[in-house]
Amino acid sequence: MPTPSMSESLPKVARQPRWVHLAAQNIGLELAVFLAIACVLGYSAVYYVQQQRLPGGFEVTSTVNNTMPLVLAGMAQTLVVLTRGIDLSVGGIIDLTNAVAAIALGSTPVTMVLTSVLVLLIGAACGLVNGLLVGVGRLQPILVTLATLSIFQGLAIRVLPQPGGQVPDAFTAVLANPSAPWSILYIIALGAGWFLFRRTRAGVAIFAIGNDPQAAQANGISARRSIILAYVLAGLLSGAAGLFLAAYATSGDATTGNGFTLTSIVAVVLGGISLFGGRGSAIGAIMGAFVINLIVNILFFAHINPLYQAFYEGLFLVIAVLAANAIGLLVRSRR
Amino acid sequence: MSECSPGGALRVEGTALSKSFGGVRALNQASFAAIAGEIHALVGENGAGKSTMIKLLGGRLQPDAGSIRLKGREVHLSGPNDAHALGVWTVFQELMLFPGLTVAENLLLGREPRRFGIISHRRMGQQAEAVLAGMGITHIDPLALIEDISLAQRQIVEIVRALSHDPDILFLDEPTSSLVDREVNWLFKRLRILRERGTSVVFTSHRWNEVRSIAERITIFRNGHTVGTFNELDEREAVTLMTGQRLETRFPPRPPAPSGRTLLEVRELTGPRFDRVSLAVRSGEILGLGGLAGQGHRELFLTLFGAAKAISGDIVLDGRPMRIQSPRAAKSRAARMAFVPEDRKTEGLLLGMSVRDNLTLSIFDRISRLGVLRPGIERPLTEQMVRQLAIRAASINVPVGALSGGNQQKVLLGRCLLADPRILLFYDVTRGVDVATKHEIYQLMTRLAAEGRGILFYSSDAEELAELSHRVLVMRDGRIAAELTAPGITAEQIVADAIHERIAA
Repeated sequence: MPTPSMSESLPKVARQPRWVHLAAQNIGLELAVFLAIACVLGYSAVYYVQQQRLPGGFEVTSTVNNTMPLVLAGMAQTLVVLTRGIDLSVGGIIDLTNAVAAIALGSTPVTMVLTSVLVLLIGAACGLVNGLLVGVGRLQPILVTLATLSIFQGLAIRVLPQPGGQVPDAFTAVLANPSAPWSILYIIALGAGWFLFRRTRAGVAIFAIGNDPQAAQANGISARRSIILAYVLAGLLSGAAGLFLAAYATSGDATTGNGFTLTSIVAVVLGGISLFGGRGSAIGAIMGAFVINLIVNILFFAHINPLYQAFYEGLFLVIAVLAANAIGLLVRSRR
Repeated sequence: MSECSPGGALRVEGTALSKSFGGVRALNQASFAAIAGEIHALVGENGAGKSTMIKLLGGRLQPDAGSIRLKGREVHLSGPNDAHALGVWTVFQELMLFPGLTVAENLLLGREPRRFGIISHRRMGQQAEAVLAGMGITHIDPLALIEDISLAQRQIVEIVRALSHDPDILFLDEPTSSLVDREVNWLFKRLRILRERGTSVVFTSHRWNEVRSIAERITIFRNGHTVGTFNELDEREAVTLMTGQRLETRFPPRPPAPSGRTLLEVRELTGPRFDRVSLAVRSGEILGLGGLAGQGHRELFLTLFGAAKAISGDIVLDGRPMRIQSPRAAKSRAARMAFVPEDRKTEGLLLGMSVRDNLTLSIFDRISRLGVLRPGIERPLTEQMVRQLAIRAASINVPVGALSGGNQQKVLLGRCLLADPRILLFYDVTRGVDVATKHEIYQLMTRLAAEGRGILFYSSDAEELAELSHRVLVMRDGRIAAELTAPGITAEQIVADAIHERIAA
């Protein structure tokens, strides 16, 4: 049957400016920022009620220093989650690197620098083990990292059987200075680093395999290489968290990282990063980390019995995720 | 019919290629060759091996046996990158795009504008805009996410991506499956330009019109073998070669004229993109709905099935006005409607689950007792349906994703039939389905009508409508613009009515 020819030209559609696209495409991140701002306001309010003044420089510094390890752990988790994986060994890597830092930092600038580099390399090496098992061995990420979590925890206890070790004051002054908010600069640097990484081919490849592994393969992107890179960077960031914790606590503890496995996942979820991979921004995880710590602070100033703290944290988490989903749905249906 | 040997130098040559998937032979000693500067169609039923051939020659899969020569050299393609390096690009049937990335990121993947290794999003947007505009595409915003644009637009992005690499050899697997006519015209114009430049263009399509209008040569596949390559072929000959049997007639005779009561009546229904539509389907009637794509058919079907909300108007089922608020209500015993969509992948089938589970998904109540599945009831029901529809599957326990497209469509049909519907809404069910399966679907439709069911049937293929329907309503701009009654319905008349105003204007 002959088909009469239709109008030959395809219609032209008006372009929206870039910021409109960006605003519409990053709702998860926007919600995380909104949540973080709400927490800062809530924290300031309860602080004001209790102390009759607004939080000042000291509070800002201690909050940022306190949140820094979770910021690093959350970014580590983000990288792996983007590839459709999950890294349960984040806490184990923090344990191990924290223990090594505590016994090896020494007291001269040279040993401090060398040990710091070594600690980061250990973190990256732990990540490499995960990456090889998942990327080359094709094993389930949850299984691999659950196993390596135990292994890294065991190694950490071996390195530092009892809490202790030596962290020189100079080291603390540089990384986690209690009287000057250097950590804010580190966080800005991490955010900028993420911004640039997202704009490298390696960064795009991590998003691509998280989006659709088959399409990535058809486009000639090596899933193996991207997965290994994601776990190595996650290990490196976890190592940085271990190092920072050593500086912050001025000593080492082979169990200090255990809580971070779960809280890093919470930071990722609060940050609007999809656990199904391929979508989200590590900036969201940074916001999520702050939300988690500010909630703890708010509960403290609201004189919630510490026994019930976990209960309220859980409650808040459910409400936050529900609200974020509802807002997200609302925005989508409006478009 | 004349079988031919290629005239020019061979650009692409696959010799005695074999490939198996889990014991199933997709290709068995199949050979294929294309020369420079030709457009070559691969034709065959679903599962005949066309896609597998394209994947082997494009480096996506590696053959179990056989050899591949590209541009006169024997090659071993270990991945798509090897093929790309030789100027071989492929447009895949299941679009290989990243839904969470922008159009620009997808188009320029691996060749993004960078400075010191950092991609400039601004320049990438500009480049993508230029690439699209250079091919006459202005209706796709390069900064939109793939998941936010339509299926047709995604298919165009996938095509533009391959074309923008200036391929020497271009494979397109079902590139038109989501495109409307003017988009197909656009594609064919681009393909002719490539042919002039000496590119070997190889494509597959189930639409004979398309094959005939653009391909110089046609290679026919059947059951993993190549039947032959031809210059001149008419549709009947092609179907005979594809199926290995002569189809008596393409369309079964229309069932007797309906005389029963009215099953479905729609009065002045208005909804998203359709306006004051009135129609009635009687028991035993096949009511066709024609018109260009995007004239409100889809929205009308979704509204009738309760998946979209009507703004005003009434739906009367079997004489009783009903409000259908959800697909669940449409399927209920009071309404007994069934909806068969054209896109089996996203609408309805669970590809990872078995044929049996997919068939019985919506009749769980009937095959269970106290909430526990009764295999003794389930098994005969499913096996009977598999026989009745001639679903070709190794067993009822294989995952639906392992079946060919036509057989997947039959599973979806089977699920609807098991619910024993009184009114069936068929939305372009034969799109992307091979000829033999199409024929089976036609026979099924006439049988269902003869049983006294009412069928409302939209198709993008006007000939189908003309041959099967008792009446055809042509929609234009959301309204019913014409009514044709059998005998005397022709495809030409349907198309003419569909574009009436455009011709007049």
